[in-house]
Amino acid sequence: MEMKMFIVVLGLLVGSLMPIGGAASSPDTNTNHGMSEPGHHGLPKHGGEGNHTSNVKKIFPVLSFDYDHVRVPFEISLWVLLASLMKLGFHLIPRLPSIVPESCLLIVVGLLVGGLIKVVGEVPPTLDSNVFFLYLLPPIILDAGYFLPIRPFTENLGTILMFAVVGTLWNAFFVGGLLYGVCQLAGDDLALVDLLSCLLFGTIISAVDPVAVLAVFEEIHINELLHILVFGESLLNDAVTVVLYHLFEEYQSVGTITVTDVFLGVVCFLVVSLGGIVVGAIYGILAAFTSRFTSHTRVIEPLFVFVYSYMAYLSAEVFHLSGIMALIACGAVTRPYVEANISHKSHTTIKYFLKMWSSVSDTLIFIFLGVSTVAGKHHWNWTFVIMSVILSLVARVLGVVGLTFVINKFRIVKLTTKDQFIVAYGGLRGAIAFSLVYLLNSDQFPMRNMFLTAIITVIFFTVFVQGMTIRPLVDLLAVKKKQETKRSINEEIHTQFLDHLLTGIEDICGHYGHHHWKDKLNRFNKKYIKKCLIAGERSKEPQLIAFYHKMEMKQAIELVESGGGSKLPSAMPSTISMQNIQPKKTPQDRALPQLSKSREEEIRKILRTNLQRTRQRLRSYNRHTLVADPFEDGWNDLIKRKRMIELEKKISLMNNHLTVPAPPPDSPTITRARLASDPQAWGIKAGTESIPTIKVDLASPQTPESGNMRDGFGSKASQPKESKEDGGLVMKAPSLAKESKDKMAYEDDDKEPQRLMRCLSDPGPAADEEDEDEPFLP
Amino acid sequence: MGSFQSLPDNHQYRTLSQKTGFSLEQIGILHNRFKQLSQNEETLRRDDFKTIQDLESNPIRSQIIEAFFDKRNFQKDDVGSVQEIGFEEFLTVMSYFRAPTHHITDEQREEMRRAKLRFLFNMHDTDNDGTITLEEYRHVVEELLSRSGALGRETAKGIADAAMLEVASISVGPMAPDEFFEGITFEQFLKILKGVEIETTMHIRFLNMDTTVLCK
Repeated sequence: MEMKMFIVVLGLLVGSLMPIGGAASSPDTNTNHGMSEPGHHGLPKHGGEGNHTSNVKKIFPVLSFDYDHVRVPFEISLWVLLASLMKLGFHLIPRLPSIVPESCLLIVVGLLVGGLIKVVGEVPPTLDSNVFFLYLLPPIILDAGYFLPIRPFTENLGTILMFAVVGTLWNAFFVGGLLYGVCQLAGDDLALVDLLSCLLFGTIISAVDPVAVLAVFEEIHINELLHILVFGESLLNDAVTVVLYHLFEEYQSVGTITVTDVFLGVVCFLVVSLGGIVVGAIYGILAAFTSRFTSHTRVIEPLFVFVYSYMAYLSAEVFHLSGIMALIACGAVTRPYVEANISHKSHTTIKYFLKMWSSVSDTLIFIFLGVSTVAGKHHWNWTFVIMSVILSLVARVLGVVGLTFVINKFRIVKLTTKDQFIVAYGGLRGAIAFSLVYLLNSDQFPMRNMFLTAIITVIFFTVFVQGMTIRPLVDLLAVKKKQETKRSINEEIHTQFLDHLLTGIEDICGHYGHHHWKDKLNRFNKKYIKKCLIAGERSKEPQLIAFYHKMEMKQAIELVESGGGSKLPSAMPSTISMQNIQPKKTPQDRALPQLSKSREEEIRKILRTNLQRTRQRLRSYNRHTLVADPFEDGWNDLIKRKRMIELEKKISLMNNHLTVPAPPPDSPTITRARLASDPQAWGIKAGTESIPTIKVDLASPQTPESGNMRDGFGSKASQPKESKEDGGLVMKAPSLAKESKDKMAYEDDDKEPQRLMRCLSDPGPAADEEDEDEPFLP
Repeated sequence: MGSFQSLPDNHQYRTLSQKTGFSLEQIGILHNRFKQLSQNEETLRRDDFKTIQDLESNPIRSQIIEAFFDKRNFQKDDVGSVQEIGFEEFLTVMSYFRAPTHHITDEQREEMRRAKLRFLFNMHDTDNDGTITLEEYRHVVEELLSRSGALGRETAKGIADAAMLEVASISVGPMAPDEFFEGITFEQFLKILKGVEIETTMHIRFLNMDTTVLCK
């Protein structure tokens, strides 16, 4: 049912695209209201009687049709809409996503749409290289660069560079040279193709395309090493491609290349790649520095990241440096500092915007690839095309095998044959190659159309054949998949520990190795750079603590989302509490008082009624502060409370106990409690009353209610409440073991009605701002 | 000048090479370093490590130095710690940081992994009772965060607690309130660290060292 409706909508959409496409390509007759009825596109437009000069009074036009002045944005939006609907539809069909990668389907759709447009008689739009390089490519690359996993990338940098630089060079010359040979042998019109053109073609065709690689590899979830190798290669070979492309293009007219040119080419390569990286890094640091001051204007924080990165790309392109590398450098440099400065919401915004834009770009690129195939002028030459496909495959395989043989001598984790196969097979070509050919001037390159056809064939071959078969092959060869496990805190501790250990051993050996320099860089980073670029206290936070806070945050979110009810987040060990992990010498202290169930219920009821008396405030809305949602308040409070709890824990540890200890007999609070109806009260740590903390800080800090509760119950309720809070993250009083709920969950249970209340009530902007302004990682 | 240090004694080196797996060149280089650190004496003491400047800024410096003097790492089934070590012990400790060679069987790989993890375990388990207790783990985390001042100390406890809980829940599963979890045993340690590929991460490239240049 869903599908049928969807298809109907789609049909209408495509139907409306065609006359638009027609209106686009037929010449503009400017009238006040160009009537272009659907289905009548060939006919001359009937304008109204454009009587500008006469004074005849016309009837006031109640409704007019003026399409021209919104034409361009309208068409763009329609295309974007079409692309997105295609993506939707693709995932609605039951088994298709697992068989065919999305990119293939999108190309097919593009072909269909292009075919439809052509059948109707119009000229389908082609993928303008300018549009591609300036608008469609940057979001994808920025997304890749911002979320680049730095650690595997730097660990394998040598390998990646080898593949990117040497591999691409090898591919370009091998394919170019052999194709030239083939052309000469084949004779007739192929002999016209000279060596430089062939080499140029070889360059264009040998570049592994990041868009295509991302599109396919994202769906097969291959292990991190292979993913980063192929992906890293596709990103870094841009510099090589740019240099070679310009080199061959420049000198095509001259016809020969001298040694000086080659030497200059090498220098150019270094300038292009390093220059790109430097430009990106500069903009990245600027972005990080700007984000330091955004604590009062949280709303536009994501904008800085986007705009600075885009400027990095454009600036690099101005000088013909490698824009892709600039973008990657900018994203990678910006991220650690910006994330420490911006709020949680901005972080989410950045993430989702990047994903959204790159997804739309990606879809549009593939669709346009299909459409342009139909639109473009082709010149099919069997020999050339077939040979280019075969040669590019062969070149890739030989290149990978040869390079791996050399690389494995320097690697600790060697690349196996399976790995090599995947790397070779995963070298997909895509839209970058296509656009580069499109940029060629047909006067200088008479065989441009043949090149175009050949490139398209190679792209189709790699995307369809290789893209579709890589998934079953990965399963067949039992290649290691990505491990979905979350990084545990133990692993994090030990990774850090190992880093320091290995640095220490290197120092003892007197060996200035890998770890030594990494450690120096980290220390430099911490000492100088972080101070400049990160606002406030966060600049001094070591990585382990940051990780721990992130983990806490995640667990808190999970708790809040699961409603604190019967469903427990898997990360929380449900029935192990800190009391299980005791120092060995105190078995006698484990006699814990039990709280009867009825007493518990009583306490809960009391707390609940008091919490409902939270003051209700109205929330005002203005463009400069975002409406805080109760969720965020909820878990921000959780975090605050946890911190309080930890403070309390610290105090509790003065008694050297982890659990709620047997109450010390002379604590005044205990005696008071004992005098009350409770025969067995909870143990209290000494110095309870000295803690000025907000024990029941479930309302926001400004509410007087919190004070009320403290005073109102004093010892009675605050004791059990406090001791229940005691222990922080996962501590749980034994009596609650019956319900086997986590302590936090228990409290959340109490908070549930309160939170619901708060959904209706509105904490004022003051409270919001306080929560809002906490940076992403508290 | 001890008798076996003045000239590279091939016989000595060969036995050492067999025992630790280093090549003869690597042993030569490490020997030079040993001599440098010990100021040409036969044995190395804890104070000699203090001459290494870069080591001073390492947060877990003391634990690393202790590891060199810990008899459990000498592969002789002995316990306790010594005051000074000879070259053989130095080399033995260093051998924990060798990389696995290419042609290594799975069993040997597993053995190497266990040996390296045992080294790490010994570094944590200071009282040698076979388990890493909460106190010991806390100490580890505190040392790691020792450079971050007050902020580090407070969260260190939280982190250590969370980590122990994780180990407990992974290895033992749900526990009743009156059972208790003494500490991390070696087997559990192996289990929690199986995500970290120890045999490839915990290594130093020993060959390209020119210790004569580095007079730190």
